[in-house]
Amino acid sequence: MTWIGRRLRRFEDPALLLGRGSFVADRSSTAAAVKFVRSPVAAGTILGIDIPDGASVFTARDLAGTKPIRPILERPDYRAVGQPLLAVDRVVHTGQAVAVVVGRDQADAEDLAEQVYVDIDPSAAVVDVDAALAEGARQVHAEAPGNVLVEGRMKTPGLDQAFAEAAAVVAITLRSGRQSAAPMEPRGGLAEFDPASGRVTLTASVQMPHMLRTGIADVLGMRETDLRVVAPDVGGGFGQKMSLFPEYAVLVWLARHLRRDVAWIEDRRENFLAASHSRDQVFGVKGAFAADGRLLGIDADLRSNVGAFSCYPVTCGVEPLMAFAELPGPYDFAEYGVRSRGVTTNTCMMAPYRGVSRPMLTLTMERLMDVAARRLGIDPWDIRRRNLIKHFPHKSPTGLVYDPATYLEAMEAAEQRIGLGEFRARQKRLRDEGRYIGLGVSVFSERSGYGTPAFAARKMQIVPGYENVDCTMDPSGYVDVRIGASPHGQGLKTALAQLVADELGISPEHVRVISGDTDATPYGWGTFASRSMVIAGGATKLAATKLADKIRLVAATLLEVEPEAIELADGLARVRQTNRSLAIADAARAAYHQSYKFPAVGAGLRDTALYDPGGTFSNACHVAEVEVDIGTGGVSISRFLVVEDAGVLINPMIVDGQIAGGVAQGIANALYEEVVYDDAGNLLTASFADYLPPTAAEIPEIDIVHMETISPATVTGAKGVGEGGAIGAPAAVLNAISDALSPFGIEALEMPATPDRIRDLLRKAGISPHG
Amino acid sequence: MKPARFDYHRPARLAEALELLSGHGGNCKVLAGGQSLVPAMNFRLARPEILIDINDLKELGRLEDGAQGLRIGALVRHAAFHQPADDSELSRLLSRVVRHIAHYPIRQRGTFGGSLAHADPASEWCLVAATLSAEMTIASTAGERKVPADQFFRGLFTTAVAENELLTAIEIPALPPGARGGFYEFSRRAGDFALAMALAVLVVDGGVIRWARLGLGAAADRPLRLLPVERMLEGRLADAATFREAAAAARDLASPSGDIHGGADYRKDLVATVVERALTEAAS
Repeated sequence: MTWIGRRLRRFEDPALLLGRGSFVADRSSTAAAVKFVRSPVAAGTILGIDIPDGASVFTARDLAGTKPIRPILERPDYRAVGQPLLAVDRVVHTGQAVAVVVGRDQADAEDLAEQVYVDIDPSAAVVDVDAALAEGARQVHAEAPGNVLVEGRMKTPGLDQAFAEAAAVVAITLRSGRQSAAPMEPRGGLAEFDPASGRVTLTASVQMPHMLRTGIADVLGMRETDLRVVAPDVGGGFGQKMSLFPEYAVLVWLARHLRRDVAWIEDRRENFLAASHSRDQVFGVKGAFAADGRLLGIDADLRSNVGAFSCYPVTCGVEPLMAFAELPGPYDFAEYGVRSRGVTTNTCMMAPYRGVSRPMLTLTMERLMDVAARRLGIDPWDIRRRNLIKHFPHKSPTGLVYDPATYLEAMEAAEQRIGLGEFRARQKRLRDEGRYIGLGVSVFSERSGYGTPAFAARKMQIVPGYENVDCTMDPSGYVDVRIGASPHGQGLKTALAQLVADELGISPEHVRVISGDTDATPYGWGTFASRSMVIAGGATKLAATKLADKIRLVAATLLEVEPEAIELADGLARVRQTNRSLAIADAARAAYHQSYKFPAVGAGLRDTALYDPGGTFSNACHVAEVEVDIGTGGVSISRFLVVEDAGVLINPMIVDGQIAGGVAQGIANALYEEVVYDDAGNLLTASFADYLPPTAAEIPEIDIVHMETISPATVTGAKGVGEGGAIGAPAAVLNAISDALSPFGIEALEMPATPDRIRDLLRKAGISPHG
Repeated sequence: MKPARFDYHRPARLAEALELLSGHGGNCKVLAGGQSLVPAMNFRLARPEILIDINDLKELGRLEDGAQGLRIGALVRHAAFHQPADDSELSRLLSRVVRHIAHYPIRQRGTFGGSLAHADPASEWCLVAATLSAEMTIASTAGERKVPADQFFRGLFTTAVAENELLTAIEIPALPPGARGGFYEFSRRAGDFALAMALAVLVVDGGVIRWARLGLGAAADRPLRLLPVERMLEGRLADAATFREAAAAARDLASPSGDIHGGADYRKDLVATVVERALTEAAS
C-alpha cells in the first residue's frame, strides 16, 4: 500500500479554513502604508508633478539610481523595452505608477495620494492589436517600429503544395477578450528594514521568490544577500504573481531609503489597472483538408496584444511564442506555416495566466475541426479520430517531441460516457419546442513540466526550468523538504509529503515541506507552468531516494546486515524476511549522535537532488452540453465532462481540484470575463461589478474521469495538470454553442460569447427574440 | 479603498435625524444598509461630509400587512421578504422578486427604503413601487408628506426626496382579487444588476384580461410603468399572440442606453423577451 494515489486531505487546509492563514496584509499592520499614484491616461507626456507640502512622496527623479525592468530574448526579432520603476517623462498605460506616497496608515496614504497632481499632456492611445499593426499607427515605444516587440515565423517546404492539393481550405478567425487572473488576494508586499544588518525582508504575495530577489537586486543595484524574499500564504496567483513588478522594487527602495518598514496592499481597482492581464489575441488560420477530412497543413497568422511592457523574466514572447510552437496541438499533420507577433499597445502589460495562449490555440484548432467537419459532411468526432496523434514519440512540425498520451482513447472514452445517441435525439426533440441545446468537444495536449531546454529554445536570457530539493531527516525521524518551487494553494506540500513517505517508509504527516523563503530554500524557479509536481516532485523523489539509501546504510550497520537486506516501511527499517527491525527514528538519532559508526554516510541524514526534465504532455478531452436562450442570448451549461490523462496521480483529489478550478476559469474565458478598454485606453472594468468571474451558480458539476498513461518522460510518472482545465474548456463551450445554433448557421463566435454577442449574431441571421 | 474623511452621526430618534438633515442638508448622506453607499464612498465617488446612520431608528424597521396592502418601513431589510409576509398574492410576488436582489449577505443588510432612495434604474424594489402604485412617506422637520410613485422617481439616481428629507415608509396597495403576478429578470450572473426586467400583474377572467399592470426596469433612466401597454392588454385574450404584441409595444417604449454588458439594440430585444415572459407567467 503506497501513499501515492491516495486522496489524502490537504495538510494546508485546516489553517486556511479556520482563518489561521497568514497573508501579507496580516503581517503589515505596524508598517507605514504605501500608495501609488497612477496615470489617469493611457499615453502622454508628463509636464509636472505637484506634491503637497511636507508629504512623503517620491517620483522617478528620486529613483534616479535605479534601472528599468528590461527582460531580454536573444532573438533578432525581439525589441527590448524598459519598464521604469516609476514613469519617467511619459506614461504608456492607464494605471502606470507615476509617484509613490508613504502615509501613517492606508487612509492617510490615500488622502495624500489624492493631493498629488500629475500634469500630463495626453496623446492618442493605441489600444487594439490590429489598430496597433495598421499602417501609420502611432508608435508606443521608440524602440519598436510597427509596434511589434517579437515575431516568430516559420514555413515548412511542403505547405504550398498541401494547400494546392487540398479538397477544402477552411479559414477562420478567432478572438479572445482580455482576461485578468483576478486572484482572490491582490498583490501586496511588506518591506521590513533591519537596522542591525541593513538587510531588507520583502514579504510578498508572489509565485517566484528567488527570481524576485534577483530581479530587485539587479534593478536597485544591491547585493542579493542584503535582501530576503518571503512568500507567505498567497491567495491565488494563476501566473499573475510570477513577474517582477515595479511596485516591489519601489518597496525595497523605500525601506532602505527611509530605514523603516513599509507595506503596500493592493486594492482590487489597482489590481485591474496595473497587475498583469492576458489573452487579448486574434488568431487567423487556414486549414488544408483532404476530402476524407485529413488535415494536410495549417497556415496561421497569430496576433497577441502584449500591452505596454515586456514581463520579467519570461518576456512578452510568452504568449506569441507559445502559440507559434504549440498551435498544432494533438493533431498529426506535417505542413505548417505561422507568423506570430507580440504587439505593444497603450494597455496594461500582459504576463502569463493559467493556460498561456493554449486556451486560444486549442479553441482555434477545435473550431477549425468543427467547421471543417461541417463543410466536408463528416461527423465532428470522426474528423478528430482521423487526425489525432496515435504513434509515439511524435515529432510536431515545430520540433516538439510528444511522449506517450491518449488523445484518441480519451476522446473515445468521452464519446461513450456522454451518450451521443441519446443527446442527438433530445436535441432534435427540444428544437421542435424552440429550445436550442448543443454539445461541444475539445481535445488538447498540455505541455507541462518542462525544464531548461524548453525555455532555452525560446532564447530567454534568464532560463528557468530546474529545481533543487534538499531533503533532511532530523534526529527525531521527521523530515524537512526544502524546495525552490513556491506553491500558493495547489496542495503541493501534501503531495510531496506523499512522495517522500513512500520513499522513506514513514507517514506523510512526518514530512514538512518548506517553501517560499529565499533564506531557507535552495534557489529555484517557483510555481507556474504546470511544473511543480513534475519538477519539484521529481527532485524530491530523487533526493528522498538518496536519503533512503543513507537510512538503509545506518540501519544495516546497526542491525549488522547488508544494506540491500533493509526495507523501509511503517516507520521501521526491517530486515527482509525476518522479524528484526529498527525504528527509523532510532536510525536517525544514531546518524546524528553516533556518526562515527557510519563513515559512509557522514554526519546526519541529508541529501539534495537536482531535476531538469525535457517535459511531458498530459492530455484531455472536454465535452460541454449547453442551452442557448434565443430570447436573451444567455448560455447555460448543463453538463461538463473531462476525461483527463495526467499520468500517475499522486493525490487524485488534488488533481480533481486543479481540473475543476481550471474549467471554471475556462468557462469564465468562454462566457463571462473580459477586461475592456475604451478607445482612449481608459479601463471600463475596474471592479467585480463590471469584470465578471462566474460564481458557483454559473459553474456546473464537473464529471472527471482519469486515464493514467505512465510517462517515461518524468521520474514520478506524473504529468503536469495545473492548466488543462483552463485550456480545454473554452473550446468545448464555444463548440457547444455553435452546435446549438447550427440551425441558424452561426459559426463566427468570439470570446467571451456574451448574451449581447450571441443575440447580435442571431439578429444578423434574422432571428427575433421569439425564435 | 478608504473613504474620504466624514463626520458620523447615529441618532437614536427620528426627530434627531431630521434635525441633522435640516441643519446640514446637501453635505449629508443617510446610511441605511450601506450596500450601495459604502462601496461608492470607498471608491470616493460619494464624498459626504456627514454620514447620518439611521440604523437605530427602530420605528423605521416595521413591516405591516393588512387588507389595504403592505406598509414597509424604510429600514426593512430585503431578507424580510424571503418568506411571504402573509398569504396575499402581493407578498408572494415580493418573495419571488427578492431572490433576484444581489446576494444573500447583501439582502441581510440592504433595505427597502435604501433601494428606493438610491433609485438605481435596475433596482427590483423601484420597479415594484413604480408598477404597483406605491406611495412613499417622506419626513422632514416641517412634517410628513406622501408622494405617489409616478412623482417619486425623477431620473437616474434621483427622487422626490429633498436634501433635508428622509424617506420613512413605503405603502403598496393590495392587489385586486384574482390578480396573479409574473416577474422575469435577465442578468449576466446570478445576483448581478438586471440587464432588463419586467413585472406584470393580471386579473384574467374567462381567458380575458380584466386588469393589467406592467412595469419595466433597467430599460430607461427610471423604472417605467407601461400605461399604454396596460390599456392595450385590458379586454384582450390572455394568449401568446397578445403577449407578443405587448412585448413589441414595450420594446418601442423603452429607451435603454448601451454599456459594456449590452448595447442598446441588445437591450431593446431583451425588453421584448422579459415582458413576454413576465406576462406569460402572470397568466399561467
